[in-house]
Amino acid sequence: MSETAQAGRGVPTSDGQIFVPGDSPKVALLSEHTRHEIDGFISRFPAGRQRSATLSALHFAQEQNAGHLTTEIMDAVAEYLRLPSIQVYEVATFHSMFETHECGRHHVSVCTNISCWLNGAENILAHCERKLGIKVGESTPDKRIFLKQEEECLAACTGAPMMMIDHVFHEYLTPEKVDRILDDLK
Amino acid sequence: MAANPQDDLVNVEVDGKAVKARRGAMIIHVTDQHGAYVPRFCYHDKLPIAANCRMCLVEVEKAPKPLPACATPIAEGMKIFTKSKAAIGAQKATMEFLLINHPLDCPICDQGGECELQDLALGYGRDITRFSERKRVVKDKNLGPLVSTDMTRCIHCTRCVRFGQEIAGIPELGTTGRGENMEIGTWIERSVDHELSGNIIDLCPVGALNSKPFRYQGRSWEMTQVPFLSPHDGIGSNLFGHVLRGKLKRVVPRANDDINETWIADRDRFSYEGLYAEDRLLKPMLREAGAWREASWEEALAAAARGLRAAGSATGTLVHPSCTLEEMHLAARLTRGLGSSNIDHRLRTRDFRDAAADPRQPGLGIPLSMVESLAGVLVVGSNLRAELPLLAHRLRKAAVRAKAKISFLDSSEREYRFPVAMQIARSPADWAHELAGILAAVREIAGVEPGVAYASLLRGITATAQQRAAAAALCTGSARAVWLGAMALRHPAAVDLRALAGEIARLSGATLGFLTEGANASGAWLAGVVPHRAAGGIPAQGLGLRDMFETAQRSYLLVGAIEPSADIADAALAARALRSAACVVAVTPYVTDELKEIAHVLLPTASFAETSGSYINLEGRSQSQTGVSKPPGEARPGWKVLRVLGNQLELDGFDYQSSEDVRDELQQIVDANAGAAVPTALVTHHVPAIAAVAGAAELDLGALDVPMYAIDAVLRRSPALQQTAIAAAARRSGGVG
Repeated sequence: MSETAQAGRGVPTSDGQIFVPGDSPKVALLSEHTRHEIDGFISRFPAGRQRSATLSALHFAQEQNAGHLTTEIMDAVAEYLRLPSIQVYEVATFHSMFETHECGRHHVSVCTNISCWLNGAENILAHCERKLGIKVGESTPDKRIFLKQEEECLAACTGAPMMMIDHVFHEYLTPEKVDRILDDLK
Repeated sequence: MAANPQDDLVNVEVDGKAVKARRGAMIIHVTDQHGAYVPRFCYHDKLPIAANCRMCLVEVEKAPKPLPACATPIAEGMKIFTKSKAAIGAQKATMEFLLINHPLDCPICDQGGECELQDLALGYGRDITRFSERKRVVKDKNLGPLVSTDMTRCIHCTRCVRFGQEIAGIPELGTTGRGENMEIGTWIERSVDHELSGNIIDLCPVGALNSKPFRYQGRSWEMTQVPFLSPHDGIGSNLFGHVLRGKLKRVVPRANDDINETWIADRDRFSYEGLYAEDRLLKPMLREAGAWREASWEEALAAAARGLRAAGSATGTLVHPSCTLEEMHLAARLTRGLGSSNIDHRLRTRDFRDAAADPRQPGLGIPLSMVESLAGVLVVGSNLRAELPLLAHRLRKAAVRAKAKISFLDSSEREYRFPVAMQIARSPADWAHELAGILAAVREIAGVEPGVAYASLLRGITATAQQRAAAAALCTGSARAVWLGAMALRHPAAVDLRALAGEIARLSGATLGFLTEGANASGAWLAGVVPHRAAGGIPAQGLGLRDMFETAQRSYLLVGAIEPSADIADAALAARALRSAACVVAVTPYVTDELKEIAHVLLPTASFAETSGSYINLEGRSQSQTGVSKPPGEARPGWKVLRVLGNQLELDGFDYQSSEDVRDELQQIVDANAGAAVPTALVTHHVPAIAAVAGAAELDLGALDVPMYAIDAVLRRSPALQQTAIAAAARRSGGVG
């Protein structure tokens, strides 16, 4: 593990040391912006604990890669954080917010838990499926929208029925509102 | 740590018995220590605690729920019940959950009969299942040529995952997905390549990970388990051989905390396949008028004796460094009985100067178990993970747990899975010069002046930053070591490197260690399998490996699995001399075209697992074994062949009844000459040359760095090992295989 700081490439860690991210050719897959964001998380942890930044790093990698993770981009994250790639695969496959198969770039998750259900979530979901012509768990052929498989209570019961699109909550849904929201997704 | 060990003890109760135990110990340590068995799957002595199988649940007074014994630290006054209704109930409930998804395929599972899950299911399982839903099925992974997988059987104990993190230092396996979808694997299709990865086969408590070469080869209860020793390196790993109808079917580790702990290298585990190679020599063979024919033992031995007697003192003997001590002693006695002291085991050595300074028994100089408490280490010319996988593992422990500072002088930068203080990668031609720089830096740091001979040598040498870093790393703590690896010992200027390393060790107060090749090089020195030392280290005079080929002897005796083109340093010179000799007798387990070209008599011998005998490992420990499996055909143990050959030559005292007789005789000679005028450690007045070594530059690097699975004839014949990524990479870079 190289801990020698090389001028200009090191990231300061929370305990005042320097972490030098990996620089193998694979790392080039991560955009300048993604790397910058990952650095911000590396610096929140002490030296040698950059593994803690994996979760956040994967978020930015997924965002950069149109909504899903490929083996290549996970390898790039592993190289950048100087971790064995399997440790990155473990995180990516464990958490439901990461998609390891190709899917639409906007993740639409309709809550069907108790409060939303009582307020007509099933109609909302059925409307989405009808409108997009896909079932839950599928993506539109133009890879614009992914109707995500599972979403349980997102703690927005006051605004039920609700759905989450790319980490943004949309509440008090009606079919008309859903149409508007979905049409606005680029 | 408390000053008084008494303060560190707490009072607990195990199943009603009051005991004292170390503060901070886990419940399972205490129950194990006091013989209260707690069932477990994921817990393993040598691995970090995971507590994910939940099989070791026990009842603890005042705790509202059963607690996992492996992950619950003891506390003062704790009352632990391992056999109470609640404890057994919790264990049985856990077992029921574990069996929900486990297939009932024990009859076709290789683990059947030696399966931890099967054993515990007998004690804790119900006799019928209450689970009528569908069991989950998991796709098998291809982990390479050594480990077979049946992933549906996996109970997710994660021992294999933790092995990668903790022991190998490279997590190759992981857990992907979660809940019902959790799987152990590599996620992408890839093999597990670490040189110790076969150990996950033993760690796996169920039949998910098994030996691929052994698949469907036998049932555990049909086989006999016989202890024996590893023949591939100087560690002396303790092994068990599993024998079915006289054939060695499988090799597993025999725990010995002083030597191999619970691990063995993959080559120890899978080399046995090489025993049954197509080219095993099954009958004695004679060459008459250029044609080979099979012969009886009597004929062949008589012919061998005739040829050797005719040559007399013009005989040269080569003994493989992995031969047993008994074979070595007899080969040396036989050679010296012929009036010759031309004998050697240093087959890949190129530099034989300064022989008077050779230590009586070159080795590690410290016990293996002390390696993990070293603080500063300099390893010179060694591909350590390939040469001595388990020594590399010990060194890893020193680096990871005790923060030892370890540096390497090597031909290339290699991947060590631990923090390395400094890796100096230079052409072997420059190694002496590099060592001189390190010596200069050590002189500065330690403030000790080197011997007079070095004063002029070091004039004008200033240490580079790298050399200084390596010297500083070595001068860490008080337990220090300088090791000369196999590449350094094979070097054309090995003696210069040795003198410099010896001086570095002296100045820094480090122990100088020699990482010799073969399982029994230490034994070879004691048995007199060198030209300048007879048994017990008594000075003698004779021709070493190169000299005996340069002077072309009349006859040669080759003992052990020696393939000249692959095993001898200057193969061309050897081939010339062997071809022109009047008689070449090969006492060998294999017959190759090459041997048929050079030899006149071929005597079939037992290979490593097929003979009784002893080995002395790098720390100087002598270990003996009995034969595990039957030698094929008419092959006989090497010591018996040499004994009868001694009789045929009418040499005195060749009437041993057992290999123990041979060993005991050698032991007596060694003991009687304990005070022989031979240095026990390296004390040399050799003035090393440090200019770039002529000839080293054009020396094929592959000749110095012999690939891990090409070091001996058995490994070269082991199909599974030859299919590994390690072997493939070696072939790509031009090695032998």
